[in-house]
Amino acid sequence: MDVINSPFFKEVGEIARFTGRFFKQIVKPKQEYEEFINQCFWIGYKTFTLVSITAFIMGLVLTIQSRPTLVEFGAASLLPSMVSVSLVREISPVITALICAGKIGSGIGAELGSMRVTEQIDAMEVSGTNPFKYLVVTRVMASTLMVPILSILAIAISLYGGFLGVNLKGSVSWSLYWFQAFDALTFGDFIPSLIKTFFFGFAIGIVGCYKGYNSQKGTEGVGRSATTAVIVASLMVFILDLIAVQITDLLGLT
Amino acid sequence: MEQKDHIIEVSKLNKSFGSNQVLKDFSMKLVRGENLVILGKSGSGKSVLIKCIIKLLEPDFGEIKILDQDISELDEDEMDLLRKDVGFLFQSNALYDSMTVRENLEFPLRRHWTLEERENKAEEAVMEALEDVGLSHTVNMMPAELSGGMRKRIALARTLILKPQVILYDEPTTGLDPITGREISELMISIQEKYKASSVIISHDMNCIKMTSNRVIALIEGRNYRTDTYENLMKSTDPKVSEFFR
Ligand SMILES: Nc1ncnc2c1ncn2[C@@H]1O[C@H](COP(=O)(O)OP(=O)(O)O)[C@@H](O)[C@H]1O
Ligand SMILES: [Mg+2]
Repeated sequence: MDVINSPFFKEVGEIARFTGRFFKQIVKPKQEYEEFINQCFWIGYKTFTLVSITAFIMGLVLTIQSRPTLVEFGAASLLPSMVSVSLVREISPVITALICAGKIGSGIGAELGSMRVTEQIDAMEVSGTNPFKYLVVTRVMASTLMVPILSILAIAISLYGGFLGVNLKGSVSWSLYWFQAFDALTFGDFIPSLIKTFFFGFAIGIVGCYKGYNSQKGTEGVGRSATTAVIVASLMVFILDLIAVQITDLLGLT
Repeated sequence: MEQKDHIIEVSKLNKSFGSNQVLKDFSMKLVRGENLVILGKSGSGKSVLIKCIIKLLEPDFGEIKILDQDISELDEDEMDLLRKDVGFLFQSNALYDSMTVRENLEFPLRRHWTLEERENKAEEAVMEALEDVGLSHTVNMMPAELSGGMRKRIALARTLILKPQVILYDEPTTGLDPITGREISELMISIQEKYKASSVIISHDMNCIKMTSNRVIALIEGRNYRTDTYENLMKSTDPKVSEFFR
């Protein structure tokens, strides 16, 4: 079967093997908590500003653009409810994940890639520290935890952007806006959206680490690891999002 | 107590990558206290050999014994314990470039010392290793701030921190200017004396070989082609050997 031997399926298989190795290492005792905390801070520090600004603008723009359509149907008062549902369910988590795929995925890919080609990973192994645990497990766990946290932040900021957007041309009080926004939202909106961000974070971490850890010899390989990490991680985010939508749909959480 | 004579024994080691057979039935022995040089062209498999010895690569067949333990039979933990006694100096130095010199030197202690030992004795050990290589003043610097020769010395200090019985050097003077190369060779000799370590030195720098070697192995076509002293090899009329000395 030629399809099975194609580079694409080989890559998928390799990533699956890498993920298997991750789970094998994470159940073993002695984890690198300090490095995990460092990585969480690093991820937050790297992405906080960009996520905040983007989320704010998305909330603002979405509101401004939705108004004319709603006005046409005489339903301008539904603006907060409509905007909040899209921001919470889809836009904030996905935008956050894409930013993280860009910044964290490439950052991890380049960092581990250069450590691979300059033999730093081998040096760790020789000095008795399991490099997979020290480098990969910590980074994957950190991005699995931080992407959801950043998503929650993005949701809050984008809803605030939505509030300003509503008030540009209309007038809705602070408390009425939040009342309307949250009235439209159910647990069926929040929980699936939060759950999928864990998967986004996990995928971004795994792909970045996989690309960097298996970087080919030479500095050119490091650049390649970083860029392909971003491409594959972004693609994974969309695929996971598609799967998540199907699942929530099947479970009737719409 | 009787001391074991052979620190490292490699027998009939074979290693290939795809169709590229790099090592073919390579055998060697490292005697306690000696400096054994492995001489070979670029790409002849010298790095592959010492990476097999430290188990960074798995050989296809053949046996490797370090301090009388067959490394293929050791699990991860046992191998880590054995690696405490084997220092490895990478050709690229492999300093952790996100860490200071101090953190670089402390890194190997994470696994082998308890937290208490690290709190009480790490600083002393770091300073001792840095003094051995004459770079005490760099302790708070980042690797990127150091010159090539200094980075090599720091990397050497990092391999010394656990006081290994054997040190494996991968081309310690390659890429350095002749004067710095000479300084590194001298440093290797003084360290050997201080720590009573044995060593395997990969090199094709004749100055370094002349200064440091007790015996030299000519690694040719994946085999241990000849083992002899530097002087005898230099006098050899075999064209495969003499081409190294031209
Ligand atoms: N990880 C690897 N994968 C494939 N081939 C390798 C690998 N490492 C080394 N080789 C090949 O093995 C041969 C010997 O390499 P090496 O031991 O690095 O040479 P040197 O004697 O210069 O240190 C080279 O032909 C190299 O291409
Ligand atoms: Mg080499």
